Amino acid sequence: MKTLEDLKALREKLKSDIKVRQNQGTKIIIGMGTCGIAAGAREVMSAALDELAVRKLNDVQVQQTGCIGMCEKEVLLDVIRPNEPRITYGNVKPADVKRIIADHVVNGRIIEDLVVGKIEQES
Amino acid sequence: MQHIRAHVLICAGTGCKSAGSKEVELAFQKEIKAAGLADEVMVVETGCHGFCEYGPLVIVYPEGTFYSRVTVEDVAEIVESHLLKGRLVERLLYHEPMTQEMIPNYSDINFYKKQHRLVLAHCGSINPEQIEEYIAVGGYEGLGKALTLMTPDEVVAEVKKSGLRGRGGGGFPTGMKWGFAKQSVNDKKYVICNADEGDPGAFMDRSVLEGDPHKILEGMAICGYAIGADEGYIYVRAEYPLAIKRLRVAIEQAEAMGLLGENIFNSGFNFQIHIKEGAGAFVCGEETALMASIEGKRGMPRPRPPFPAVSGLWGKPTNINNVETFANVPLILVNGADWYCQFGTEKSKGTKVFALTGKINNTGLAEVPMGITMREIIYDIGGGINNGKKFKAVQIGGPSGGCLPEELLDLPIDYDSLTAVGAMMGSGGLVVMDEDTCMVDVAKFFLNFTQSESCGKCTPCREGTKRMLEILTRITEGQGREGDIELLENMAKNIKETALCGLGQTAPNPVLSTLKYFRNEYEAHIKEKRCPAGVCEKMAIYTITDKCKGCGLCAKTCPVKAISGNLKQQHVIDQAICIKCGACMSVCPFKAITKG
Repeated sequence: MKTLEDLKALREKLKSDIKVRQNQGTKIIIGMGTCGIAAGAREVMSAALDELAVRKLNDVQVQQTGCIGMCEKEVLLDVIRPNEPRITYGNVKPADVKRIIADHVVNGRIIEDLVVGKIEQES
Repeated sequence: MQHIRAHVLICAGTGCKSAGSKEVELAFQKEIKAAGLADEVMVVETGCHGFCEYGPLVIVYPEGTFYSRVTVEDVAEIVESHLLKGRLVERLLYHEPMTQEMIPNYSDINFYKKQHRLVLAHCGSINPEQIEEYIAVGGYEGLGKALTLMTPDEVVAEVKKSGLRGRGGGGFPTGMKWGFAKQSVNDKKYVICNADEGDPGAFMDRSVLEGDPHKILEGMAICGYAIGADEGYIYVRAEYPLAIKRLRVAIEQAEAMGLLGENIFNSGFNFQIHIKEGAGAFVCGEETALMASIEGKRGMPRPRPPFPAVSGLWGKPTNINNVETFANVPLILVNGADWYCQFGTEKSKGTKVFALTGKINNTGLAEVPMGITMREIIYDIGGGINNGKKFKAVQIGGPSGGCLPEELLDLPIDYDSLTAVGAMMGSGGLVVMDEDTCMVDVAKFFLNFTQSESCGKCTPCREGTKRMLEILTRITEGQGREGDIELLENMAKNIKETALCGLGQTAPNPVLSTLKYFRNEYEAHIKEKRCPAGVCEKMAIYTITDKCKGCGLCAKTCPVKAISGNLKQQHVIDQAICIKCGACMSVCPFKAITKG
């Protein structure tokens, strides 16, 4: 390392490795209640993690949540981009995950045919 | 490879480690593997979070969930419930002691909410044994900026402008100190980091060294550049093995990356750092004794001048700062002196880390802006006095500091306000005492400490503290005489004025401050032969009340046969024979014996 720029470049590279510890960036939230797990939430999550790894989207957070009562629409997967409404997708199959990440997480285009709910920005 | 979605941060500070955090970490690794989550969840060992009372601490991100007092048995449940299904394990969450409210999030806990963590910002959030994590949070940018964009004069000026004062106790302006060392002309200069933390109850330096060692290396290297030194020593006590280990790892990693060593950042500046392990003599925290110890001599102070900035280690100009002082330096360089000045009071800038110990609910480390009141630290951050007892006094600044009473709880804390009331900032140890504490006994404890740590070189400290301790001892044993208080005051004044080094000059402070604020307790001991708090054993009077059933157990237990009485009748203690050992009180099945 010989210049300040070298250091800053290295920092940019390393920063994403600890992004998980800062509460920022896009969030993907997967319903992992008993209903969600029974409908295949675990497989959906694995598919999401694989796709994020392939695309090197280290700063996207993946969280789980419990049952929100819409059990027949499980697996439920929410996407929250910073300062945008929380979009809930229903009946998500592992095969849908690629599209959700490509269109919505990366490019901000909501996939209307999978949407089951929309919540305006929570604080 | 999979996307790492969760980080499990496990505190590996000395406090949590001794509470079993290593075993917890191993259990996490095992359970995470068993649950098939090894590719998506990462376990990270971190430095101290400062909330040692509740250790071992485990924090799970991205949620930032704070689990306290986690045991090996709890790990499977956290993995199954939280990491697999996203459900918090409520019974392990932190509950506020005053309200019993359950707080899942790290940042919402009162203990942390009221703090302002600059120096401790990364303690507990990065892995101290990985330089990559330090760089990821902006590490070594202060050094890079200094070396590539600033002249040494500009660095000294920036530190001067920040108003940073020495965090080791005295509060001397750091920028001025650097300026003196810079002015000294010599072919060789040294930078020393004083990590000889020895105040009873103080552990902030240890936590910074263990939790964020690179910050100290960076601060020292910046200082080296500013004053023109190419070599540095960290004088750290051998009782801190974890801090030493992590410093060694950090130095190795920084050298491998070219952040220490030759021609750093292509600037022509060379800097190497050595570790010197101290044997744990308190006096070696005094700068001239410390340097003697590094040179391989007996650790004893010498008169100043010459000051180390003129003639220090091996006769060369040397700049010595404390751990916490160096930890502030990279922040000032990166963010600028103006940013730093917004924290604190007019004459004491920035934050201070306090070690909270004693009769307080939340023991641990708290970093707060200068100017905060003692009440905020003890009640808002510290969670108040434990067991619902009443606050009596707080001892600040270790054996060199003083005891402050309740009336001074609302005093804004900075270097000058504390000195004005007879205490001192010292290293920032806060020992909180409740109503059951005897202040004469406290003064005796601290004087006993400085007396045993006196190096013996100068007479006022060697003989003076010894005589003062004898007087205090006889007061606590009920042998106090008329005039003892005045004699103590007179001796304290003389020792303060004539002792050679800071240790001796400040040794009488605990006696003076307790005399100032709790004089009536001294008087009760001397005139009434009574210890109001019931602490001083030799003055205690044990009596058997009418709760006595006459079982005779106490009489059988008494080692000096001071108890007599017939079976099934109330017994009595012969006070002339009683040696106040308390054995009778502890065996009485009816709690019939009182101490007063």
